[in-house]
Amino acid sequence: MSDSSAKTAVRSTGIVSRQALARFASRNGIVIAFFIIAAILAVANEHFLSVVNLLNVGRQVSINGILAIGMTFVILTGGIDLSIGSTLAITGMVSASLVIGDSPYSPTVAVLAGIVTGIAFGAVNGVLIARFAVPAFVATLGMLSMARGATLLYSGGRPIPSLSEDFTWLGQGFVLGIPFPIIVFAVALVIAWVTLRFTVFGRWVYAVGGNAKSAKTSGIPTRTVIFSAYVIMGGLAGLAGPVLTARTSAALPQAGLGYELDAIAAVVIGGTSLAGGVGSLGFTLVGALIIGIISNGLDLMGVSSYYQQIIKGAIIIVAVLIDRSRNQNP
Amino acid sequence: MKEPVLANRAKAGTGQGSGAGDLSAAAATDILLAATGIAKSFSGVPALIDGRIELRRGSVHALCGGNGAGKSTFLGALMGLHKPDAGTIVRNGRVVRYSSPAEALADGIAIITQELSPVLDMTVAENIFLGREPRRGGWFVDRRRMIAESAALFARLHFDIDPRAQMRSLSVAQIQTIEIAKAIGRQSQILIMDEPTSAIGEREAEILFDAIRALQVHNVGIIYVSHRLTDIFSIADTYTVLRDGSFVETGKVADIDRQRLIQLIVGRSLGDRQPRPDRVRGNVILAAEGYTRAGVFEDISIEIGSGEIVGLYGLMGAGRSEFANALYGNAPKDAGELRIDGRLIKIRSPADALRHGMALVTEDRKETGLVLPASVAENITIAALGRFSRGSFINGRLEAAAVNAQIKRFGIRTPSREFLVCNLSGGNQQKVVFARCVETQPRILICDEPTRGIDEGTKYEIYAFLHAFAAAGNAVLLISSEIVEILANADRLVVLRRGRIAGTVAGATATQETLVHLAS
Repeated sequence: MSDSSAKTAVRSTGIVSRQALARFASRNGIVIAFFIIAAILAVANEHFLSVVNLLNVGRQVSINGILAIGMTFVILTGGIDLSIGSTLAITGMVSASLVIGDSPYSPTVAVLAGIVTGIAFGAVNGVLIARFAVPAFVATLGMLSMARGATLLYSGGRPIPSLSEDFTWLGQGFVLGIPFPIIVFAVALVIAWVTLRFTVFGRWVYAVGGNAKSAKTSGIPTRTVIFSAYVIMGGLAGLAGPVLTARTSAALPQAGLGYELDAIAAVVIGGTSLAGGVGSLGFTLVGALIIGIISNGLDLMGVSSYYQQIIKGAIIIVAVLIDRSRNQNP
Repeated sequence: MKEPVLANRAKAGTGQGSGAGDLSAAAATDILLAATGIAKSFSGVPALIDGRIELRRGSVHALCGGNGAGKSTFLGALMGLHKPDAGTIVRNGRVVRYSSPAEALADGIAIITQELSPVLDMTVAENIFLGREPRRGGWFVDRRRMIAESAALFARLHFDIDPRAQMRSLSVAQIQTIEIAKAIGRQSQILIMDEPTSAIGEREAEILFDAIRALQVHNVGIIYVSHRLTDIFSIADTYTVLRDGSFVETGKVADIDRQRLIQLIVGRSLGDRQPRPDRVRGNVILAAEGYTRAGVFEDISIEIGSGEIVGLYGLMGAGRSEFANALYGNAPKDAGELRIDGRLIKIRSPADALRHGMALVTEDRKETGLVLPASVAENITIAALGRFSRGSFINGRLEAAAVNAQIKRFGIRTPSREFLVCNLSGGNQQKVVFARCVETQPRILICDEPTRGIDEGTKYEIYAFLHAFAAAGNAVLLISSEIVEILANADRLVVLRRGRIAGTVAGATATQETLVHLAS
């Protein structure tokens, strides 16, 4: 009797520890995947882990990362925003037009103008979706086209070059050896993380995406929450626009083409449910990092950008497939 | 009678019954379906002990019984959804044992329920032929034939519906008649209708009854399940009563009156009412007057005093939940005034209701009660985050303490505060809903079917909570379709029938008979 019970006890602890391991792996699978990919790239190319290259990766990830923060809010409410690539272009254009040559405006004013423009576009999305119940996919698809058209109209289809040096520093400068875009991204990430995790509004975002009807019954202003998510998204696109413009030293009318897809990919690879209510910014960061190191690593290895697109697409699908199978057998 | 379905298909064109050359078998073949001694247990709990029915051609047979009488289980056994533990089903003189509803359908037994959802964006004809579209050249849908055959079918049944109409443009009753036509189009001889009038109004019901009478002419047998006795007396010719899983009586509707039928359904076992502590009703806390939403509920006025549990009883579709949601600001109303503590209050949203001390336990905890992908803690505090936050930041320690207190108070069985609420049992989920309501510190608690689908033990815990809550000087509106529950717990009972108040009864003098009589 005691012998057999002892044996089952041993066996069950074995199972428990294996279960605990499996649970850890399934919860943090994306983090593990990130380190595996990073290790492979480090082995494949000696330059990958160099400080210069890592800072370069960080600078590239920052723009997509800022967008992915906003996209996390939107997707958590159960929505989607396809318009942010275009929003980023118009906001970059607006801010650039304030800092041409010896313009009297400071870079701060230019960035604020970008953010306000982004918020305005996000607010239109938000009103259409929250107030008039236009499906998010449709409203933001329309906005994708309109904001791009507005960019071309505003710029006459021409880039705005020769921006003030104070302004381009925002994209090219360093603080304590760290590229400034990384600092912008990090600050935005921390504020957003604290908001989602510790504030009433953050809780509401999850509740609205998890079950809008229950949220309404609980007295949550669901429309305001959904509206706010698109405003936050627009504001962050309006922050990313000037930073990208500053990095490239010119506002380009075709800037940000397809950026919405990278932002959505970062959120989805990070395991946030497209149905809403489930997900976290920490994993969105990892998702953005994975996309960043893969394109950087493939660049270093001289893989054609055509192949890169195929690989990136495949990774998104695999990430979701793994997520699916994980959710089906809990 | 080896292939009854095929045999009938040959006859369907003429609309005539059994063949003339088969005189000796005429009496026997008159019986479409005979079931005896059907029993079924679910994980050891008997849901049906002795189900019986004998359905004849051209008959509308009412299957009656209260909640838990075993009607659904019985129907499930008849149509191959449940495999019966005992008993025999004889179909056209042949013992059958269906292993799926599809098999029953192939043998001519069709069911029409509220849940049957047509494709609303297709035409009527497309819905009739859904999944068995007539084809041309193997690939293409033969639209003309589809419309022509639908029109012929409607003409035969005397249904006045255009086969080219969009399904979406039809009323609920019309959609149900389409479902009936669909079943007849599949040569079904037996039609099971489960609560067909629960979602439709009186005039609409007439449309449905006309359709049913048309079927009788075509020798189809109909098993009609409804809580509405009025319906039964206007459409059915025979009845069978089940109670507590067992057959009670069968007979002709012409030979029975309403009072007797109610007695059969309710039974005489009224001795199980528990004594209840007398409460003193204090000042009126909530007074709703003239609540109306056209076509849903009309002129409903209700008063609840401090320390009082008022029961709101009515059949499915009587407008109970709609009224409760309108009261709570969760659904629109056309008219109605609300006073709380004598002061006129306007409630436009649930947030307003919560601010004035109201809380609502919704009818469906998964659909509208809980945020399923969130944790137990998040669900409990979601409606009252203001109390646990400074500025806009949530104070985690305060929140955790409150959640722990609620988990203890309601005895919620959960491994931790952070456990996802979707993984809890139904009873524990319902306790989380109650805890969420209590966190908002309400004085008025509206409970819509608070014990639906939960175990007996949890039910009594919830009743105990409601009594304690009322005894502390608060008001409770208890909405339930379970007569026993509402009789045992309410101090006063308001009965709704088709959106209107049919009567108000004191809890102490109310009986099952009076409630059933008023509601149906």
